[in-house]
Amino acid sequence: MSLVTETSARSADKFRVTRSRRNVAWTGAGALIAVVVLAFFPYIVYSGTTSILVQGFIVLTLASMWNLLAGYAGLVSVGQQAFVGLGAYFVLILAIHGTSPFAALPVAAIGCGVAALPLWWLVSRLRSGYFAIATWVLAATLMLIIEKFSSIGGGTGMPLPGLAGLSPTLLTAYTYWAGLAVTVLALAAVYLLLRGRPGLVLTAIRDDEVAARSSGARVGLARLLVFVVAGAGCGAAGGLLAISQLQVEPSAVFSVQWTAEMAFATIIGGLGTIEGPIIGTVVYMVLQQTLASYNAWYLIILGLVAIVVALFARRGLWGLVDEHLHVRLFPVGYWLRIKGAAGRE
Amino acid sequence: MAWVNAIIQGVLTGGLYALFACGLSLMFGVMKVVNLAHGDLAVVAGYIAIGVVTVTHIPVLWSFLIVVPVMAVLGYVLQRTVIQSALDRSVLTTLIVTFGLSVVIENGLLQFFTANSRGIGTGLALVSGSFKLGSQIQIGDLLVVVFAVAVVVLLGLQYFLSASKYGRLIRAVADDREAAQLSGADYRHVFGIAAAIAFGTVALAGIAYGMYSQLDPTTGTDTILLFAFAAVVIGGLGSLWGTLLGGVVLGVAQQIGAQINISDEVLAGYIVFLAVLVLRPQGLITRRAQT
Repeated sequence: MSLVTETSARSADKFRVTRSRRNVAWTGAGALIAVVVLAFFPYIVYSGTTSILVQGFIVLTLASMWNLLAGYAGLVSVGQQAFVGLGAYFVLILAIHGTSPFAALPVAAIGCGVAALPLWWLVSRLRSGYFAIATWVLAATLMLIIEKFSSIGGGTGMPLPGLAGLSPTLLTAYTYWAGLAVTVLALAAVYLLLRGRPGLVLTAIRDDEVAARSSGARVGLARLLVFVVAGAGCGAAGGLLAISQLQVEPSAVFSVQWTAEMAFATIIGGLGTIEGPIIGTVVYMVLQQTLASYNAWYLIILGLVAIVVALFARRGLWGLVDEHLHVRLFPVGYWLRIKGAAGRE
Repeated sequence: MAWVNAIIQGVLTGGLYALFACGLSLMFGVMKVVNLAHGDLAVVAGYIAIGVVTVTHIPVLWSFLIVVPVMAVLGYVLQRTVIQSALDRSVLTTLIVTFGLSVVIENGLLQFFTANSRGIGTGLALVSGSFKLGSQIQIGDLLVVVFAVAVVVLLGLQYFLSASKYGRLIRAVADDREAAQLSGADYRHVFGIAAAIAFGTVALAGIAYGMYSQLDPTTGTDTILLFAFAAVVIGGLGSLWGTLLGGVVLGVAQQIGAQINISDEVLAGYIVFLAVLVLRPQGLITRRAQT
């Protein structure tokens, strides 16, 4: 005991533990300014631009959730479209019953988080690769079940009611703000989750699962938590998708393409960092907008780039930035600073 | 009688599903690779078959003599390059890479061959022919042949793995890679061989499905991969005969579902899959050290 006190007393002189190697106040301020500037966009840019940005918000929210799953909890889910679809249908069903689709968004997120519990109970029996396909089967099953209810459009889907009263300009602006809010909340949730105690467990799993287990980390519980949070986040994105498309169609909202987009954006940007999905989404949007007239080419190129990045630059684009500059926009780790010398994480 | 018919049809389609599944099962058993591009590669094989038949005018049934070796070579090459280097990194990388391949192949097919569905050998006597059992049960010739092919493939794999030199090598590498390597086995080459065999069965699966139904770019994931996986899980991971049983259970569940409501065919299969996952996650046949 005394030894420990002594060492820690001595280390206090020599070492200092910080969240980041650089002062993060400016990144916090930067993030705040960025959000405020983005919030004013509907007043200064064309509605076409905000529509594109809403797509970006959806992909960024999805990618952040997939990053939690695959980058931290080691859960490669290929069935996150299950939650995109559920979220869209939550909004649709509530809208049919007279709730405003915008007010339905938080309900959709919570509903998807709750729905994630029984789904986790089903798929958590399988590990790694088989877990991946099991989530996929689950998404397909949910779609087939929803298609059976003709009151919510059956197999062909139906338009989203409840927004006809809004003028197009106002609708685009509201959709944009809802998208911005969902994304900011999703990123904040991921940041707080990773900064807190679960984050420590998750980072331990990311680095070495066996070591994490043997140190007594409650791996199962942390994974459940991530699955629920990711379900809620993807559900919110799905609800947003329904609002931005004004149409809910089962094969579109339950498409595996959503998982492909969130996975590729995350991998290209950098798996296992909060910044990765942001960079990845930017790359995704640029590619998608440039190749928009060439149908499926953007997905083909995105897929190929993701394969190359996964094989040759495992930490993605952000990993390359981090390696050279040691910058963290969202510091969730710890740096050990030795007086006068450079520290290590 | 309709129910008996449903069960017979289900058992026979089970052979097709077992054919879908054995490549997936083999790759997982030997290399611990879950190949998410499995179904899309089967569709590629089917498209190659269509191309080969159109260009060379050989009989449709003989197209497999070209397609199987082509896919086997592709399997060896893919395993030795992309899949192996992903394996050297982590399981996560393997999943990402095979998922990437799946999306790239599917959208590539969509881009170059449109979303139109294509059949293989439509109008062929084998494809359209059928015989009657009693007055109400009609059995398609093709399904019987496919079931027989599935059994022959599984028997062949079983024999190959237990009795041949390469089979022993594959089992040794699957059991303990380091020990096998110390005894002079080049595990990368052995993995390549296993992948070549798996891709050969994938080629058969693609051709069989193209004849049984139609192929389009999304068939690979929507149908082949997910059904193959359901069959593997129902039967029990890593057991070859379990795969056949899993295929049969899936097929019967689907046909009984279709009997209740024609649009519930696929859903019924998945519900049985989920039930097995809940009640008997180790599968119907418990895994033995087989592959």
